Formats: sequence, structure tokens, C-alpha cells
Amino acid sequence: MKYLYYPGCSCSGKTTGRAYAESLIAVFQALDVAYEELEDWNCCGATMYMSVDEQQAFAMSVRNLALAERQGGNGDSPPTLTTPCAACYAVLNKTQHYIDDYSQIGESIHSALAAASLSYTGRVQVRHPLDILVNDVGLEKIAGQVKRPLLGLRVACYYGCLLVRPYATFDDPYHPTTMDRLIRALGAEPVDWPLKTHCCGASLSGTIEEVGVRLSYILLSEARRRGANVVATACPFCQFNLECFQHQMIRDHGLAGEVPVGYFTQLAGIALGLPGRNLGLHRLTIPLPVSDKIGEQEEYATAQ
Amino acid sequence: MSSPPIERKVRYERDLDPHFAQEISAMPGGEQLAHCIQCGTCSATCPLSIYMDYTPRRIIAMTRAGLKDDVLRSLTIWLCASCYSCTVECPKNIKITDIMYALKRRAIEKNIYPKRFGIPVLSREFFRLVQRNGRSSEGRVIVRMALKTNPFQYMKKKALLGLKLMRQGRLSMKKESIKRKGELTTILRGVEQAALELDRARQSGRVEA
Repeated sequence: MKYLYYPGCSCSGKTTGRAYAESLIAVFQALDVAYEELEDWNCCGATMYMSVDEQQAFAMSVRNLALAERQGGNGDSPPTLTTPCAACYAVLNKTQHYIDDYSQIGESIHSALAAASLSYTGRVQVRHPLDILVNDVGLEKIAGQVKRPLLGLRVACYYGCLLVRPYATFDDPYHPTTMDRLIRALGAEPVDWPLKTHCCGASLSGTIEEVGVRLSYILLSEARRRGANVVATACPFCQFNLECFQHQMIRDHGLAGEVPVGYFTQLAGIALGLPGRNLGLHRLTIPLPVSDKIGEQEEYATAQ
Repeated sequence: MSSPPIERKVRYERDLDPHFAQEISAMPGGEQLAHCIQCGTCSATCPLSIYMDYTPRRIIAMTRAGLKDDVLRSLTIWLCASCYSCTVECPKNIKITDIMYALKRRAIEKNIYPKRFGIPVLSREFFRLVQRNGRSSEGRVIVRMALKTNPFQYMKKKALLGLKLMRQGRLSMKKESIKRKGELTTILRGVEQAALELDRARQSGRVEA
């Protein structure tokens, strides 16, 4: 089965989520997950678009779903669209609920699609790569391919808001555990912390900085307090907010020192023995506390 | 002799818009508005409520009461980061986040938000760029927002971060675009047309609001 890959605006080209896209693709290839990019995909109609026009935002989303149905509709199983961005993932899922639940939205969108010679019958499954790695590839297979177990690494798994809310499809909206299980399979130790799905402030870091950055500070200080030496994220915006404003958090809020923040796909890639360059490790401002050279893992573990 | 200007804080019946609650609950997602029991779970779970002028619970109460102007002028709707905790926690299944979206849209439509206020400006710039090209171009959206809000402050505070991100290959000013723009425009025009027709039907009383 081939997954249709929808990078979304933040994970395509020279963007905030570039390292996320790079590491995801490297991990997919290492684990033989077959994928192809959704052809001519457009913006999902995310938060800022929806704040101006809801109908158009849903229509934006549905065009992607219609394209997915056309491109991946030949097999027996339903076409599966996967996107690393938690916001795209939430919006695409939400759109499916809205066109099913509200006939007026469904009708107007279906007729607008028809005018552009497209159609959507609702067959597409939208799934997050975390779900695919853990539930399709499986933890056993992943653990079997680990070449450099992330020994000694204490990871705060940060799911962010939109991975499990408002329409949870593969985990619990209050207390998700999928990423924790993956991290354990990679040899690291997930720390228990209650802020897994607490908001990072999203675009507020760029508009009302003191408010946005403070939300991220709350997350990082709690991660530190719980003894985490790295935070794993699953959303380009969360990673950016948590990583790039740390000097403000140290200066204005008293964060007790830097905390490395990477994508769960980067940690998976390191454990699978992939070269750091392919995982975008060089794009991080605060380097991850794991060696990216094979063979140094034991030294690292004893040094801890 | 003129008396000193005093801002009236008390609201009378004549300040209310009796149709406001109906307007909001008529939109998809707003139907449960009347069921709010004012328990305050939304405000308790909202990570931003401490910064808001009115908590989400109060916004719901004010919307129901018809305090349209106060609701649309509040900072609350802009501070909502759309994390959906309120929606997931609400014991009466009210889609509070979606109601916040609806309120943001009303405020943007009516142009009532503080001039040069970053959040609605960012939304509008994002919207325009994506509507035209089908994709967002992060660098361009940020620059447009900076120019329309407070360019000097942004130059001073964010220029270094921008340069760092560019060096890391994480930021670009390149315009991103889809290939079949015409196809997207047709779809967007189609839904706009449908919305207009529904609006007209509602106003003429052919369809129940």
C-alpha cells in the first residue's frame, strides 16, 4: 500500500518544518514505507484562513481530499493521506466531519468541486505519520531496526493540541501515549509529564510575543523539572515556538537553561542509524544531545 | 461647561442585539450555544484565559445575551489560539473554538479590531496570499504582517531570528504557488456563490435561519 504524502506549507521547501519533512522521508525510506507526494496540493485552509472565511477554508481542504481520491483511488484499500503537520492533519480531519455533518456545507462544496471537474466521495483516510509508524509499521519492526539505541536520553513527548484534538483518530485526546511508546522502542526513556497536549501559543509568538512565548516557557520549564533532556515534537509550529524563543524565555521568564527540541522523526532517524544530514539535525539551533555518528552511542551512554 | 468624559460600563437593554445569539447559533458548529450551563470548564482549561479581557465562559454568556459590540471588540476572540481544549472538555458539547472562529470572522468582516493589531492583520494577509497562490509563503506572510503593523519593532526584535532561520535553510522569501490556480479559483468562487445564495434565501425568509 502506498501512502499519499501531503507536506503542507510549513513542511515544503525552505520553511520552519524543513527538518521535519527531511527526517520523516528518511525514516519512511529506512522502514520501507512506500509513499508519493500528493500532486499539486494546496494550503489546508488552516487557522488563519478559517478566521477569515470558513466555507473557503473547508473548500481548500476538500480540494486536497479530492486530489487524493483521484491519485490514490485505484487500490482495494481507501486512499490514505498522511501529513506531518499537526495543524493540516486536524483541519483535513475536521473538514471531513463538517462536510458529513452539515448538509449545507457539503452541498455547496460538492457543487463547487464539480464546477472545477473534481469530485469527492469521502473515501480518503487522513492519518498522521506517528499513527502510521506505530500502528502500521509496528514497534516491533522499528525496534528490530534500531542501530543506535537512544540510551540515557530522557524525552518529554510533546503532542501539541492538534494531533489529538478535536477529532482524535488514533489516540486519547487527554492522555496520548503513541509517541511515548515509539520513543521507548528507540531505546530512550519517555518522561511522565502532564503538559503533553497543552498549547504552545501557535502564532501568538509572532503577534503578542510575551503571551505566546510564555506558553512555550511553561512547557519547557515543566519538561526540565521532570528531568527531560530533550523535547520531542510532532508539529512544525510547536518545534519552532519551543526552540527559537529560548533566549527570551531565559531572559524574561527565568527558564533555567536551554532545552533541545527536535522532531520525533529526527529521534527515530538517529536511532535507525541514519546520517544526521538526512535528518536535518544541522538545522536545529540547539543541537540534540545524541551523537549523530554510529558507534559513539556507547560512549554517550557511559558519559551520562 | 462640559462634563468630564465618563465611559459608561453598565449595559442596558437598548445596547443588546437580540438577533446576535440566533445569528451565531445558526452557523454550523454554533447550534449548542443555548445549552451552555455556565460551568466555566472552558475558561478553566483555556491556557490563554488569564490574558483575556473576558473569559471564554463570559464570551459565551455575552454572545447569548446579545452584547454584540462588546463581544466583537474583545481581545478574547483574537487570543484564542484554536487549541480546542475547551471544545473537548465542554460537558455540553459546545464547539467553543468554532464559535470563536465565527466571532473572529464577524469582527474581520465589520473591520472592528484595533488598527495595526497583529493577529487579525496576520490572518488577512495569510488569507490573501493563499487565496491568490493556493499556498502560503511563510517569509512573505511575515513581512506583510510586519509592514502593516509595526515594521520598526519587527526589524528590531525579529530581524536576527529571521537571519538565523535563513542561514539554517528554514526561511525563504520565495513565492510558493500551486500549478492549477484556475481550478482552485473556480472552487473558491463556487462556495462563495453558494454562501451568497443561502444568505439571500435566508433574508427573503425562504429558508429558516
